[in-house]
Amino acid sequence: MVLWALAAGLPLAFLGLFFVLPVVGLVGRGFVTDGSLDLSGFAEVMSRPRTWRILELTVGQATVGTAIAVLLGIPGAHLLYRTRFRGQALLRALVAVPFVLPTIVVGVAFRSVLSGHGPLAFLGWDGTFAGVVAALVFFNYTVVVRTVGAFWTGLDPRGEQAARALGASPARAFWSVTLPALVPAIASAASIVFLFCATAFGVVLVLGGVGYGTVETEIWVQTTQFLDLRAASVLSVVQLVVVTASLWVAGRARRRREQALSRVPESRPVLALRGPDARGGDRLAVAVTAAVVVLLLGLPMVTLLLRSLRTRDGWGLGNYRALGVRGFGLGASGWEAAATSLRVAVDATLIAVVVAGLVALVASRRPRSRGLRRAVGTMDAVMMLPLGVSAVTVGFGILVTLNHPFGLAVDLRTSPMLLPIAQAVVAVPLVVRTVLPVLRAIDSRLHEAAAVLGASPARVLRHVDWPVAARSLGLAVGLAFAVSLGEFGATSFLVRPSAPTLPVLIYRLIGRPGADNLGTAMAASVLLAALTAVVMALAERLRGDTGGDV
Amino acid sequence: MSRSIRTRWAVPAVVGALALAGCAGAGSTSGGTASPSGGSAAPGGTVVLVTHDSFALPDALISQFESDTGLTLDVRAQGDAGAMVNQLVLTKDAPIGDAVFGIDNTFASRAVDAGVLAPYQATLPDSAKQYTVGDSGELTPIDVGDVCVNADLEWFSKHDLAVPSTLEDLTKPEYKGLLAVENPATSSPGLAFLLATVGAFGADGWQGYWQELVANDVQVASSWSDAYYVDFSGPSSDGDKPLVVSYASSPPDEVPDGATSAPTTALLNTCFRQVEYAGVLAGAANPDGAKKVVDWLLSPAVQAAIPESMYMYPVDSSVALPTSWTKYAPLATKPFSVSPAEITAHRDDWIQAWTSLVVG
Repeated sequence: MVLWALAAGLPLAFLGLFFVLPVVGLVGRGFVTDGSLDLSGFAEVMSRPRTWRILELTVGQATVGTAIAVLLGIPGAHLLYRTRFRGQALLRALVAVPFVLPTIVVGVAFRSVLSGHGPLAFLGWDGTFAGVVAALVFFNYTVVVRTVGAFWTGLDPRGEQAARALGASPARAFWSVTLPALVPAIASAASIVFLFCATAFGVVLVLGGVGYGTVETEIWVQTTQFLDLRAASVLSVVQLVVVTASLWVAGRARRRREQALSRVPESRPVLALRGPDARGGDRLAVAVTAAVVVLLLGLPMVTLLLRSLRTRDGWGLGNYRALGVRGFGLGASGWEAAATSLRVAVDATLIAVVVAGLVALVASRRPRSRGLRRAVGTMDAVMMLPLGVSAVTVGFGILVTLNHPFGLAVDLRTSPMLLPIAQAVVAVPLVVRTVLPVLRAIDSRLHEAAAVLGASPARVLRHVDWPVAARSLGLAVGLAFAVSLGEFGATSFLVRPSAPTLPVLIYRLIGRPGADNLGTAMAASVLLAALTAVVMALAERLRGDTGGDV
Repeated sequence: MSRSIRTRWAVPAVVGALALAGCAGAGSTSGGTASPSGGSAAPGGTVVLVTHDSFALPDALISQFESDTGLTLDVRAQGDAGAMVNQLVLTKDAPIGDAVFGIDNTFASRAVDAGVLAPYQATLPDSAKQYTVGDSGELTPIDVGDVCVNADLEWFSKHDLAVPSTLEDLTKPEYKGLLAVENPATSSPGLAFLLATVGAFGADGWQGYWQELVANDVQVASSWSDAYYVDFSGPSSDGDKPLVVSYASSPPDEVPDGATSAPTTALLNTCFRQVEYAGVLAGAANPDGAKKVVDWLLSPAVQAAIPESMYMYPVDSSVALPTSWTKYAPLATKPFSVSPAEITAHRDDWIQAWTSLVVG
């Protein structure tokens, strides 16, 4: 019991100190005028027509973006995690790349495709809702593919096979057997994607065009440019309400379907599009995924790659050679920045996996008492909040509250540890969402049986939960690493100019004029993409090795 | 909510989190190249310079400063200039550093009025005296720059069109649909260009001018990178707009090796002068160190390094500019200006008025 309380307490304290305290501290400031509580900001901000317009756009872009990402991601999850074909590992790693690309670079790449004389200019999507949604799907596709894929791999195919044997068409068997079983994973993925879409910042600014605003961009403008904390606080509360409501809906959908599933060792048939083994569903999955990978993911990434090869004197590798040079006053060369990124990412991943592992473990239990069950459910939901709250609010909040918090003799505001911690706070929900559905699918009778047979709680963990959790751990580690590699919002407040991370270096380069700077920024982005792909591929292998345990 | 769990376990768990964080922190600095952290004391102690994310100076100059003063310089970038000033305002009771660099004239009065800065009268070069803000030397001017419309000269010669020269020209029918600007709510050159029009046409006249720009199909981008690299047609860009709001210092970087003329130029009758300041933070732990930092930023060596590190012009006009700058990046002789106090009083109104005008 004590151990369980500790397991729950550590993540809660972590989140409390590095997330809840800063957010409450900053939002609280907005509601205090001359030392007394003043909620008149609500009436004022909520009566502006603009507030309602941006709220509508926020919910609209997040809903549409999530729906499309899920629709496109399910066939992708099937193809990449339920079948086998040559080049699959590479493709898995490639689809993860967009997730870490800096939004400013993606913004430029997307606009290059959509505007002026870009290849897709005829769509007229530059500066529109459609352009923003396309970019959101670009970033989040991999979240759906991975979260659903991780769950789907271990799903017992016998249910679907039985339905087929009883005469159901493949479509019907998928629709009434497989899809319902996938709902927990889909709901998990959808809630993450919704939060990412609702709080998207850079792509909205770059692609939405002037006048397009979301709650997130408005909070940023009010906080960093106008210093209107009253308006920013009202908007932060609005953001929390939207996020909580969406988590509640996702949680309901998940719980209704969540059940113990019999999980089996992976059995992935070789993909066959012709011949006797060919399946219609596979063909559809291939068609959808090919379209997504080529058009949506491929075009912007190829644009980026081509621009990285274009130098002042024609095509060549000059921009990559420039990565080895410490640009004037940039603080670091591209390689040094990459090393910094990797080092910080290792720390962030370590913290995220420990914290999220504990959360997933606690949240996967179904205690008998109703109160405890509630508490566990709440904890699960609370851990998701960092994805739904503005990085600016957290960043400013840290400055306002972490000077000697709780009387501790440390000024945490400017501590170098804050950088991996801030990235871990963002990564934790992703890791939880990847590991938890898998853990929850363990039949609790297994735990009980083991306990009855005399296994200590530690032994139960070691022999029942761990082998199953370890399977998804590789994916989770990969995602956490990717989040850390790509994180920019919080990092830009915390990083030291003398040791920039790769995204920060890219941001600095692209803020300078001239073909050399742009080219080097593009080459650094390709380096970041390659780094991510390699890390993701390695994480996949980790998964493969432990998967054999079961 | 699991309150009982939380309060019972809060203390050991916080300790645990900190221990965890401690390991992580150690891990992140053990790799080697990380900067000297606050704790590793040089004989004279540490001085913390708070700045924006465009700050850059050669390592050699920083080492020189450290060996001359015995201080360790800890540089912390806190987002863009606006975010940095607002953070300083919010933390003024417990400042996050000793000195600040990078407060520009659009945020200067907000910082001074909020009491973020301690007075310090640095010895100013003559050319800097016109830019002082604050009655007792709260802010020391360090560098200046002009935000101006840049033109793609190749595009104009190819289309046989005269290059525009003034703000008024931009509203003429022959330049319809040719200009890209940045959103003043999200971009500092965007705000500077809005201020150029306020300076040129007055607090009452600028809105009428923008109505004409909108009628002439002005394109608005969210950031400088976006406008310059996507919309602008210049040599390193892909777009189809031959006019973009950028800096007077942008053209040298577009000159190909060995060329004798620049493919782009800044229109010097369309400029707003930006001034960046340094200062000593009120309540600084190391005020003497902070003063040394301000003096150092004014020193000839740093002033000479500013153009190529930060794309700004040294405030000390006796310091030589790089040759490519004297050739291709002259400063405007009569830039438009609006006083810092007036900017602070009206910036929010102006940006909101601009937004409703241009967004409709």
